[in-house]
Amino acid sequence: MSLLEIKNLHASVNGVEILKGIDLTVNAGEVHSIMGPNGSGKSTLAGVLARKESYEITQGQIIFNGKDLLEMKPEEAACEGLFLAFQYPVEIPGISNAYFLRTALNAIRKFRGQEELDAMDFLPLLREKMRLLEMDDKFLNRPVNEGFSGGEKKRNEIVQMAVLEPKLCVLDETDSGLDIDALKVVAGGVNSMRSKDRSFVVVTHYQRLLDYIVPDYVHVLVSGRIVKSGGPELALELEEKGYSWTEPETAGARQ
Amino acid sequence: MIAATQAPERYLEAFDEFNERSATQLGWLKALRQEGFARFAETGFPTTHDEDWRFTNVAAIAQTAFQAPLAVEVSAGDLEVFRTSGFECRLVFVNGRFARELSSVPANQGITVGSLAEELRNNAGAIQAHLGQYLNFQRDAFAALNSAFVDDGAYVHVPRGTVAEQPIYLLFVSVPGEAPTMEHPRNLIVVEENSQATIVEDYVSLENGGASATFSNTATELVAGENAVVSHYMIVRQADDCFNVSTLRIQQARSSNVATHSLLLSGALVRNNVHPVLAGEGAECLINGLFMANGRQHMDNYMLVEHASPHCNSRQFYNGVLNGQGHGVFHGRIIVHKDAQKTDAKQTNRNLLLSDEAQIDTKPQLEIYADDVKCTHGATIGQVEENALFYLRSRGLDEASAKHLLLLAFANECLDRMNSDQVRQHLERLVTEWLPETAKYAGEKPAPVERTWEEVG
Repeated sequence: MSLLEIKNLHASVNGVEILKGIDLTVNAGEVHSIMGPNGSGKSTLAGVLARKESYEITQGQIIFNGKDLLEMKPEEAACEGLFLAFQYPVEIPGISNAYFLRTALNAIRKFRGQEELDAMDFLPLLREKMRLLEMDDKFLNRPVNEGFSGGEKKRNEIVQMAVLEPKLCVLDETDSGLDIDALKVVAGGVNSMRSKDRSFVVVTHYQRLLDYIVPDYVHVLVSGRIVKSGGPELALELEEKGYSWTEPETAGARQ
Repeated sequence: MIAATQAPERYLEAFDEFNERSATQLGWLKALRQEGFARFAETGFPTTHDEDWRFTNVAAIAQTAFQAPLAVEVSAGDLEVFRTSGFECRLVFVNGRFARELSSVPANQGITVGSLAEELRNNAGAIQAHLGQYLNFQRDAFAALNSAFVDDGAYVHVPRGTVAEQPIYLLFVSVPGEAPTMEHPRNLIVVEENSQATIVEDYVSLENGGASATFSNTATELVAGENAVVSHYMIVRQADDCFNVSTLRIQQARSSNVATHSLLLSGALVRNNVHPVLAGEGAECLINGLFMANGRQHMDNYMLVEHASPHCNSRQFYNGVLNGQGHGVFHGRIIVHKDAQKTDAKQTNRNLLLSDEAQIDTKPQLEIYADDVKCTHGATIGQVEENALFYLRSRGLDEASAKHLLLLAFANECLDRMNSDQVRQHLERLVTEWLPETAKYAGEKPAPVERTWEEVG
């Protein structure tokens, strides 16, 4: 059974249709990359998956782990095992990283019927994941994302992902703004989580990330539709030719 | 206004009674009371035409016939609910009067902690040197009224070169009676040269069958000697039929460092005046406040920071959470006198509105008469941020928990500025106990737009 099945998904923001019929099936253990130019709807798709409420679904269906994802609230999707690594992680002054993440993990553990972890049990786990992402211990007690550099924020997202152990990881432009060293660290963190039970949807603008996180499938999203799908070689082709070659096709489709 | 003109007559009766009951041989004390009353009789209660009271209507206080409270029995068990027994040095005042049997004062290195009334009987000279020397009742009717009824309250004296290890906890319990009652506690805190102390003022009320309104009109004079370090906390958590007006007048000598933190959690009408005068060079003052109004509560924070000497530094940080039909006020006035060069004054007021009917009035006011100073002020008003809420929910927290966490985060900005561990833990507990109420009532769909303004001058 597929982990995620998106069928003919149409979504609008403020009355403007952004996604115009997306079909995508992701099986357990697979890594799919969604590539596309700015404004093609990549982040909207990621947001819809995480159940961001400002998106209006006008048509279509999403089945996640055998359940209707569109019926779920954001927290329910998270508890079912969906994780979105944000393109722009939100700063939350006044709450420490460790406290926040323990609260989140316990919410999810409660949902799974597991016992909640106290700080003594939780901190070693968090430290281990932070080491994996080469983050200093000082980030434990710093307020969530506050004063973090762009790269630190992205690494912090992957730390959260590693702690929460989702079934489906959606990465929204996690590579944007990262230098090559940070990119390698982030990719290393993601790769260490790959397993036959866990799937990834990697949304990116640049092919570069895919040198380090090698996808099973690449989909090209243009103007709210997937215009082409293929293997990792498709990413290289995009890198070489840019997105311009995909445009006449969509222009034609629109007419 | 009728209220303003009639009130003093009603108080004249109470004042005569008071003078008969607490007759004193001390001429200076008699004079202080007389002057206080004369000033109050002259002005009456302020109205909203008064700039300092523009956003706070005290008609409900002016129109109520408050009487001196009758003696009531309060047991140690009654106080359990306030969870302050962990403080080894605790003074309890019931309706403004010192209750020795409920208080505990461990003996320590020459520090005096006790009742002002007793000290006036036994050691009037020490009191006379300070009492009424700082509080300016010409400009505030409530301070004048308090001075008219000066009788009891806390007296704390920390002699030079002494560190008071334990926080000194002052618990003021209002017990409503059959008829509306008033109390005018007066506190005098003197921390001498090179000394250190932590003082907590906590205003609470007991449910005692009586449902009448109470009016606490309190004034504290806090004197920080040269190089003294003082942490002061003000907590107001009274019932919804209690009025609480307080004035904290701080006098700071050279290189003294005073931090005063306020936590306003409940009450019908709460007005907290904080008036530090940085009189000696290099003095530092932090004023840090958190106010959280619910229902129809009104909470007014009035700051008057006077920079009177060079190289002084003041910081004001106030966070407000307004819910239901709660109304908050932040009035931050900074005066930099002519000779107070190199003043560094900063003021920030941040507010969260959780419902459509909640209201905040925020007003900065800078008066600068020196030419080499750094003064900044800023205020923001916003709702719970939609983005942050989504971020937390996307990590598995349900909506109520996510809101709770965001409010805690907002409150933590203020709690993080406190450094006395025992007191801070106590305040953290009070805040977290209060929060679920707010999260529950918080508007279901906060508008996504945040209105922000920031001014730097």
